Amino acid sequence: MNESSNRGWPLWEVFIRARRGLAHQHVGSLHAPDAAMALRNARDVYTRRGEGVSIWVVPSAAITASSPDEKDQFFDPALDKAYRHPTFYDVPEGAKHL
Amino acid sequence: MSGDGIRTLPPLAAYALALGDDALILSQRLAEWAAHAPQIEEDVALANIALDLLGQARILLSYAGEVEGAGRDEDDLAYLRNDRDFRNVQLTEIGNGDFAVTMARQLVFSAYQYELYTALLDSADATIAGLAGKAVKEVAYHRDHATQWVLRLGDGTSLSQARMQAGLDQVWPFVAELFDPDDAVARLPGVAADPATLRPAWERYVAAVLSDATLRTPEPGWRSRGGRAGLHTEHLGHLLAELQHLHRSHPGATW
Repeated sequence: MNESSNRGWPLWEVFIRARRGLAHQHVGSLHAPDAAMALRNARDVYTRRGEGVSIWVVPSAAITASSPDEKDQFFDPALDKAYRHPTFYDVPEGAKHL
Repeated sequence: MSGDGIRTLPPLAAYALALGDDALILSQRLAEWAAHAPQIEEDVALANIALDLLGQARILLSYAGEVEGAGRDEDDLAYLRNDRDFRNVQLTEIGNGDFAVTMARQLVFSAYQYELYTALLDSADATIAGLAGKAVKEVAYHRDHATQWVLRLGDGTSLSQARMQAGLDQVWPFVAELFDPDDAVARLPGVAADPATLRPAWERYVAAVLSDATLRTPEPGWRSRGGRAGLHTEHLGHLLAELQHLHRSHPGATW
C-alpha cells in the first residue's frame, strides 16, 4: 500500500452484487484516495448500466493471493476425488444459483 | 436572432429553457474535463455528471420547444441560438479553472439543483414534476461527489486548503444570481419554484460542508446578474463556438 501511495492513489479491488440473493463478484480494480472515494469511483466506473445493487471495495494490498509456484500442491490433489463433488444429488427445481 | 427572442416566449417555455440551458451549458463545461482530470476515475465521474445534465437538458429543451409551438426541437434550441438568447445563470458558463474551482462550482450548483428539483416534485406541470423526480436522484449524487472533494481538499494539506478556498472565492460572486427573481417564475405559480425560497436550505447545506471542511464562506465584493435575461460573460461565446460549430458547419448531418 505504501509503495503504491508513493506513486499516487492506492489501488482498490471492486466487488459487485448483481441482484439480491447472489454473491458479490470481483469486477475489476481502480485507484482512489480512500475507501469512501473508492466506493464512489466504483459506482461511476462499474455500475452505470444497472449492473448492481451493492458494492464492496477492498484495498488491493489487503488481499493475500496464492502463488502460481504453489499451483501443484494447492490444486492438483483435488482432481482425482470424485466423491468430493456433489454430483450424486438431484438439484431441486427452485434452487437457481447453486 | 437577437435577445428579443427571450421576452416573447410563453412563461412555461422560458422557464423550461432557463433550467435546460443551465444543465446544457454546465454539461458542456464539465465535458471539458474528459482526459484532463487528475485521475482517470475522476474523468469518468465528471463525464457521468455531464451526461446526467445533458439528459436533463434534452428533456427541458424539447419541452420548451413544444410549449413554444414554433416547431423548434431540442437541437434547434441547443445549436441555433446565439449567446443573448441563452437563459442560463452565469455560474454555469464560467471557465473550469483548476479542479478546486470546478468542485466549488459543483458544490454550489448541485446543492442549488437539489433544492430546486426537490421543490419541483410538487409542480402542477406533469412534465416538470416528472423530470424533477428523475433528476433529483442524479443531483443528489452530484452534490455528494462535490461534497466529498470539498471536504478532502479543504480539510487536507495547507496547499489543498488554500487552493480550495481560492476556488470558492472565484465562484462566489456568481452565487447570488441563482436566487434572483425571474419574470417567468412569477407568472407560473404552482408550476415553477421561486428561487428565493430555495436559498435557506441551500445555505444550511453549503455552510455545513464548508464548516466541516475548515473553509470560510467568501464575501465577494461584486455579484453577477442577468443570465436569465440573456446577459452573459465573455466565456459563453467561446463555449457556444465549440458546442455549435459542427452542427452549424454541417446542418442536418447524421452518422
